[in-house]
Amino acid sequence: MNLKLKIWRQKSAKEQGRFEEYHVENISPDTSFLEMLDILNNNLIHEGKEPVVFDHDCREGICGMCSLFIDGRAHGPDDDITTCQLHMRKFKDGDTITIEPWRSAAFPIIKDLAVDRSAFDKILQAGGFISVNTGGVPDANAIPIPKKDADESMDASACIGCGACVATCKNGSAMLFVAARVSALAKLPQGRVEAARRAKAMVAKMDELGFGGCTNTGACEAECPKGISISHIARLNREFLAAKLKD
Amino acid sequence: MSVLDSKVPAGPLAEKWNKHKADIKVVSPANKRKLDIIVIGTGLGGGAAAASLGELGYNVKVFCISDSPRRAHSIAAQGGINAAKHHQTDNDSVYRLFYDTIKGGDYRAREANVYRLAQVSNLIIDQCVAQGVPFARDYGGLLDNRSFGGAQVSRTFYARGQTGQQLLLGAYAALNRQIAKGTVKSYPRHEMLDLVLVDGKARGIITRNLVTGEIERFGAHAVIIASGGYGNVFFLSTNAMNSNGSAAWQCYKKGAMFANPCFTQIHPTCIPVHGTQQSKLTLMSESLRNDGRIWVPKRKEDVEKLRKKEIKASQIPEDQRDYYLERRYPAFGNLVPRDVASRAAKERCDAGFGVNDTGLAVFLDFSTAIARLGKEIISQRYGNLFQMYEKITDVNPYEEPMMIYPAVHYTMGGIWVDYNLMTTIPGLYALGEANFSDHGANRLGASALMQGLADGYFVIPYTIGDYLSKDIQTPKIDTNTPEFDAAEKAVREKIAKLLAIQGTRSVDDIHKELGHIMWNYVGMARNKAGLTKAMELIRELRGKFWKEVRIPGTNEEFNQELEKALRLADFLELGELMARDALNREESCGGHFREEYQTEEGEALRDDEHFSYVAVWENKGENAEPVLHKEELHFENIKVAQRNYKD
Repeated sequence: MNLKLKIWRQKSAKEQGRFEEYHVENISPDTSFLEMLDILNNNLIHEGKEPVVFDHDCREGICGMCSLFIDGRAHGPDDDITTCQLHMRKFKDGDTITIEPWRSAAFPIIKDLAVDRSAFDKILQAGGFISVNTGGVPDANAIPIPKKDADESMDASACIGCGACVATCKNGSAMLFVAARVSALAKLPQGRVEAARRAKAMVAKMDELGFGGCTNTGACEAECPKGISISHIARLNREFLAAKLKD
Repeated sequence: MSVLDSKVPAGPLAEKWNKHKADIKVVSPANKRKLDIIVIGTGLGGGAAAASLGELGYNVKVFCISDSPRRAHSIAAQGGINAAKHHQTDNDSVYRLFYDTIKGGDYRAREANVYRLAQVSNLIIDQCVAQGVPFARDYGGLLDNRSFGGAQVSRTFYARGQTGQQLLLGAYAALNRQIAKGTVKSYPRHEMLDLVLVDGKARGIITRNLVTGEIERFGAHAVIIASGGYGNVFFLSTNAMNSNGSAAWQCYKKGAMFANPCFTQIHPTCIPVHGTQQSKLTLMSESLRNDGRIWVPKRKEDVEKLRKKEIKASQIPEDQRDYYLERRYPAFGNLVPRDVASRAAKERCDAGFGVNDTGLAVFLDFSTAIARLGKEIISQRYGNLFQMYEKITDVNPYEEPMMIYPAVHYTMGGIWVDYNLMTTIPGLYALGEANFSDHGANRLGASALMQGLADGYFVIPYTIGDYLSKDIQTPKIDTNTPEFDAAEKAVREKIAKLLAIQGTRSVDDIHKELGHIMWNYVGMARNKAGLTKAMELIRELRGKFWKEVRIPGTNEEFNQELEKALRLADFLELGELMARDALNREESCGGHFREEYQTEEGEALRDDEHFSYVAVWENKGENAEPVLHKEELHFENIKVAQRNYKD
């Protein structure tokens, strides 16, 4: 396949960015999207040019490091996958592909396609945990957990923290990310104890960090590579309301 | 006496750890507050250690190269974590887990460490449940188990196909709690580039801020390396792209000895290589071998037709399929350990039965299980793995078998540590995959997660106190000293030297060449001539690297090529040590298979008389050969035998 790429280049957070055009040739349809970018970068290095910076790591769709807005969609034109799992067979020979970074006020661009998602860490530091120390805990089977609850917790806990939900949301809201963590812990008896406090603390931190509000458009759910449901947002709202009522 | 003192406590095996804990010193809360600890890496070993040490009241600084601690490569572990809970009443026990691990490692691990690992395994499951890890449960609400290779009991706890992710999120949550409390300070996108010794003790590190390029100094009373394995020396592996051996290698160069570098795990079930443009290989979890059956056709004409795509696998009749693992190893069948399964796949492919156009693939077939259990159950168990497979290969594994082939996955070798997990440098510890201690010559499935968390949650919090109790009078480590000056200067010079080369080849280009050398000569089958040649080729390539590499840009920016070049410079040295170690070990054991040493049936042939030791290498400087030290292995509680997975 031969392709034209329009890629966002930006030296640093402070400088202006712009699209630049590149061409790649003889790409196999079995190549992954990021391997295609590896090929481009190696070509650029051999030409004496600066390669394109992009975040990536596991290339198995689980670490959440890769991002990229491809042809206007977070993680590109396929459902339920991350950019690293996207393969070139989803494109046609001769296509022009537009590649941009996540765009959100809370995720400043570091360079080219890499953004700073440390705001997610800060939200989780505000309360995305169960307050237990190492050791001195009950036997794992001491509290039976209904399979349905454990499964629902796992559904929510599948979040990889990539930020596609924020990048896709027209308000730049992190509600799906926050809701997934709140829900994952609230569905378990171990996490139930602190559920209200957790919801309140995480939402407050999210607001403080400049994420937008949720207007229930559902765009986040549609683009989430792990298929996290917006029903978790409803649960977050219930927990949040309960916490507020107690104040 | 050897320079290596394993510090294994005296007494009966089952009582060693408790006795040791009772004997070692502790540090009072008031003094813990005055002590600084650096942790490199935030996977299961480093993340768990940093969180636990923070809880105890130490001042912890934790560093990772990713943008968040949550992205460490532990996250990619799929199948599960072993523990001797004996929930299935299938006659499991701490002893059996210990025994399986020693046997699986082909009798090349230290008994006392492995026994402790088995002992604390149950605590790990309790801890993770308390943290909110959503392990799979049965309808009665109790925890579920599955089976893994090298065991005849069902002791693997799991969270769908994302166990590593869930365990890491547990450790990361514990870490976040400590970061919020201020006991732990997190430094993401920071790479350790050197270890600083003061008076022979580990007292700090030099890092590079990966975003700004700033070179920084950090001092501490002790340093913990939990930076994972070095499988990426092969270029193509199942490791994450940024996984590297550099932190461990800097320790080696500063005097920490490196153990069994040649012990590499080649995992049998990975998606086969598709072409020369590939950057990464993808693992298909070992858990798939619970229900998947591995086979190739019996007849060459079927192989030919498959390669020409004239027939599909599902069209080959049952009696024309060679389920070679079930044929060769009736007792364990498809659940033989990884090294055995990998070699068996290679044997069939070398004999011309590989089922894809490259001839390097075998089938992993679920049709029997789907017929027995239904598609729904199989989807519940492996849905995400099947989806991953289909996205990558465009083949639906519910209808046609998966194609798989072995790939580099894990390194059992690593920094040598004693029973306290301390390296040969006082105050320097190594945890998880970065150390060598528990898996011998082959790691069993679902044991990496167990070891990482055991080291981080349940070993280092005790053993580090014994060392630090002697350091309570030592004030904060001053980083404005000649030792730190020298280390920083060396790092800056190395970077400047690399950037000045401005040659013609990209880092990836040279790394791929190294990968080919490693795979061809230091891979699944090794021999004397090949290993000797590999050492020469690596040395030659190292010379070329320092003349021909081209790194665009500067140090003072986000420069991914510079990051990769620094890591490759170390791989080019580490690769040679791996070949040297493999050449020295004139026997076959676990993942190390020397063609000269095999049984008539092609099984690994150990030489316990001459090689029942840990090979521990000491760096003697750039232009000198490393020196081999031996830690002799003594098996007092297990009868050493030829591994047998047949009956």
